[in-house]
Order: sequence, then C-alpha cells, then structure tokens
Amino acid sequence: MTDITETSREDGRRGQPMSVSEARAWFVREVLPLESDLMQFLHHNWRNKSDIADLRQDIYVRIFEAARHEIPLRTRHFVFTVARNLLIDRVRRERIIPFDAVTDADALGAAMEAPLAERAVIARDELRRLRAALERLPERARDAVVLRRIEGLTGRQIASRMSISEAAVSKLIDNGIRALADILYSDPEDRRNWS
Amino acid sequence: MSNAELEAAGGSAQQVEADAAAWLRRRHFGEWTQDDQASLDQWRGAALAHEVAYLRLEAAWDRTERLTALHPFKVEQPVAEARNWRLPLSLAAGLAAIALLTTTALPVVRHSGSAVYSTPVGGREIIKLADGSRIELNTATVLRLSADQRGAVLEKGEAYFQIRHDAAHPFTLAVAGRRVIDLGTKFLVRDNPDAVEVALLEGRARLEPVAVTAPRRGVILTPGDVAVATARTISVTKVSPDELSNELSWRHGLLVFHNATLAQAAAVLNRYNDDKLIIDDPKIAALTINGTFRTNDTQVFARMAQDVFGVRVTYDANTTRISR
Repeated sequence: MTDITETSREDGRRGQPMSVSEARAWFVREVLPLESDLMQFLHHNWRNKSDIADLRQDIYVRIFEAARHEIPLRTRHFVFTVARNLLIDRVRRERIIPFDAVTDADALGAAMEAPLAERAVIARDELRRLRAALERLPERARDAVVLRRIEGLTGRQIASRMSISEAAVSKLIDNGIRALADILYSDPEDRRNWS
Repeated sequence: MSNAELEAAGGSAQQVEADAAAWLRRRHFGEWTQDDQASLDQWRGAALAHEVAYLRLEAAWDRTERLTALHPFKVEQPVAEARNWRLPLSLAAGLAAIALLTTTALPVVRHSGSAVYSTPVGGREIIKLADGSRIELNTATVLRLSADQRGAVLEKGEAYFQIRHDAAHPFTLAVAGRRVIDLGTKFLVRDNPDAVEVALLEGRARLEPVAVTAPRRGVILTPGDVAVATARTISVTKVSPDELSNELSWRHGLLVFHNATLAQAAAVLNRYNDDKLIIDDPKIAALTINGTFRTNDTQVFARMAQDVFGVRVTYDANTTRISR
C-alpha cells in the first residue's frame, strides 16, 4: 500500500551504482514525486520564467547521470542540491544575479528537509487524483485521452468518433500526455474534493 | 542557453518533450515494430535529456492505466456496431454471437392466438419471427405478439425491433397509448414510467396516438431520431450513431453512461437488478460519471463510486446504499 517498504528494502544498496533499468525505476519512484516542490523552488528562485522548463530538464539530466554512478542516500536532499548548484552555475556564468533565495540557506534547508509528500499512496486516492487530473485537461485533449485510455479505441477509431483527422488526434494525444505529466507532477491539485 | 549547450542537452526542453510525447504516443497506439523499438532506443540513448523527458511522460501515462478501472472491460462489440450499423453483414455477425448467448424465448400462448413473451429483472430474450424479423427483449419486459406476428403490444419494459418490411402487412407496435407503424425498420422502444421513447436506427417508422378519438397526428421517424412521447406531447431529437449504439449496449449486457449523474446511472442499473442501489445524499447523486458497466453488477458500480468519489457503501438485504 505504501512505497515506504520498497524504499527500506533497497536501503542496503544505497551508495552503489545502478543499472539503467534500476535508475529509471528510481527516477520515476523517487524523483518525479518531488517535481511539484522542485517547480516551486525554481519559480521562487529564478526570475525568468521562460527558462524554467529548460532548467528542470537540465536538473533531471544531472540527477539521472549522477544516479547511474551512485544511488543517492537521500533523494530529496540530492535533488535540491543539484537544483541549487545548477542555478548557481547559471548565475556565475551569466554574470547576473536573477534570484533571491538560493543563497538563503534557511529557505533551501526547508525545501530539502520537508517531509516526503504523500509517500503512502492509497489506490483510491490515486484514482481520484487521476480523475481530477483528467478533468483539468483541455476538453478535446481529454476526449482523445479518454477514448484511448478508458475506451481503448485506436487512433483511427478516435478520429472517426471525433470527426477529425488522425493527425489531429495525434496532436491532441501528444498535448494530452504532456499536460497530464505537468498536472500529475508539476502542479498536483489533488486536494480537490467534490464536497 | 548557447547552441552548443542545447545540442548537448538534446534540444530545448519544449522540443524534447514534444518529441518524447510523439514517441510515447506511437509506442502506445497501434502498430509497433522491432524497427520502431530500435529507433526509440536510439533516440532515448542519444541524449540524457531525451531519456528523462521520455521517462517522465511515460510515468504519467502509465499512471493513467488505472483509469481503465473506470472501464473494467473493452467495448469492442458496441464500437464495431457504432461504426457499422448501416452494414447489415457485420451487424448480422454480431447478432449471431449474441444468439449463442441468449436463449430463444418461449411464449405463453393465449387462446386468442396471441403469444406473451416476458423477461425477469436482468433478463434478455430474443424472439425470432417467421419472416426473419427479430425482437430483442430487455430487462423486466412484457411483449404480446399477435397470432399473425404483424402486431405487438409492449406492455412494459424495453425492446429492440428489427422488422422485415412488408408493405401489404406493416408491422404495428402499440405502447402506452402510442403506435409505431414500421415502414421497414430497426427501432428501439422503451416504456418509461412517464414517457415512451422510440429510437430509430434504420428505415422509417410512423409514431402516432392509438386512440381513435385522438386527432390523427403522427410523426415520421428517420434514422437517428429519438422520439419522446408523453401523454400529450411528442418531441423528436436527432442523436449520433454512437449515442444510438450506447442506447443499445444492453444487447451486449453493457450499459454505457456519458456524463450521467450517479442518480441517473443508478436508476438505469436498478432496472436490471433486484439488488437496488440507493443514493440518499443529493450531492453524491449529482456527481457525474462516464463509463461502461455490466447490466448485472451493481457491486462493481458501487465499488467504483467508492474508489473514485470516496463515498461510503453499505450493504443490506437487496439494497446497496451509497452515502457520504
């Protein structure tokens, strides 16, 4: 029910190199759930918002690369250290000081030490969260994703149902996938409730 | 970011993500060959940025796998029919499959020569007429068929008619003070407590009042028409083939809900089951759902409501209560 057991099972291997598939699983299991906190951190510490997608990509690349050599002992600490170092590198090179709080040790410390968000994920919460995420997709993209994911239709069947071309379906699905990842990882709003 | 850096990163984050989404979509849609897999592996290996972007989108997409729980099984049959409902051959193939699963109804013959067919709650029967016409009875339905098989009365419930047209002897169905006269048709008739619904899939039919005293005003129905007749009025709306197909999903033992409230869906399910769903909180009753459910399983429906909305489900003898 929780993935805490999974974590402790692997604790014995911390500090050792990972295979590609181990690194992938680790990244999905431990890094992606921190994305909303990471995005908050980046938004808070970097003025030029149009850089943020690239910053996140670079941070993930560094994390993934480092993890191949050694499984970090504490994922959260590791993720925010990488993020901070990357921002500092960027600042030094560009000779500008665009952020306020990265050097603020307290703020960074707080981000690092915050309790792991929602580690105990109960299946029911996950389903409700996914449903809420689906509801936040743009309407057409949601229709396409639902027809694919829930009704199991092919691209051609979706095109015929929605009276659009298959190319248009592809575009809707691509956008839907990207928006879903943003909603689920960057901007989870899972406290939404019907009451 | 400099150009050299962009190259090292595998492109701008936006571009990489767009590429990753396209790969993921192709991976999960339709045909996927070994060559495709090799190309994807190559792309992922070309830059760590590709790898992490793909991992992230794939993880999100894989999480939505759980959403299929909202749809516990595929609706291949209705989908095929939605696409082909004008093509008699494929429809006939679909019906042949159903015929294997459904016993042929045995009527109670009355002394007038008419025969009465009925189904219990949750039942489904197919009546084959001598001329090749067929009538499928849905749950809790009573239909009386005249001795010459060209007239019927739907006493209660719902039935789907596929009538071989005979200009000299048009098939006439009476239901709740209305009459449907076939002009060569496939149509669905449902006798609701407050109104009669007639949906026309193929051909033409006339819907008119039965009473001789009533002014002889009727409407001609064409494919896609759904007529709702109350005691005084008839309104006709056009619906899409998909919606019509959903209306007929009971023929496959399924119910398809599209933006239905929990209350509406529960009312429909209750028509098919002795185990009744009761929703006593108006806020919960108004929650909307999409999905396909088996006609004969209120438990799955209740569990789904529990999982998705976090409502409380309690069971008594013959009732399943959904509350906060």
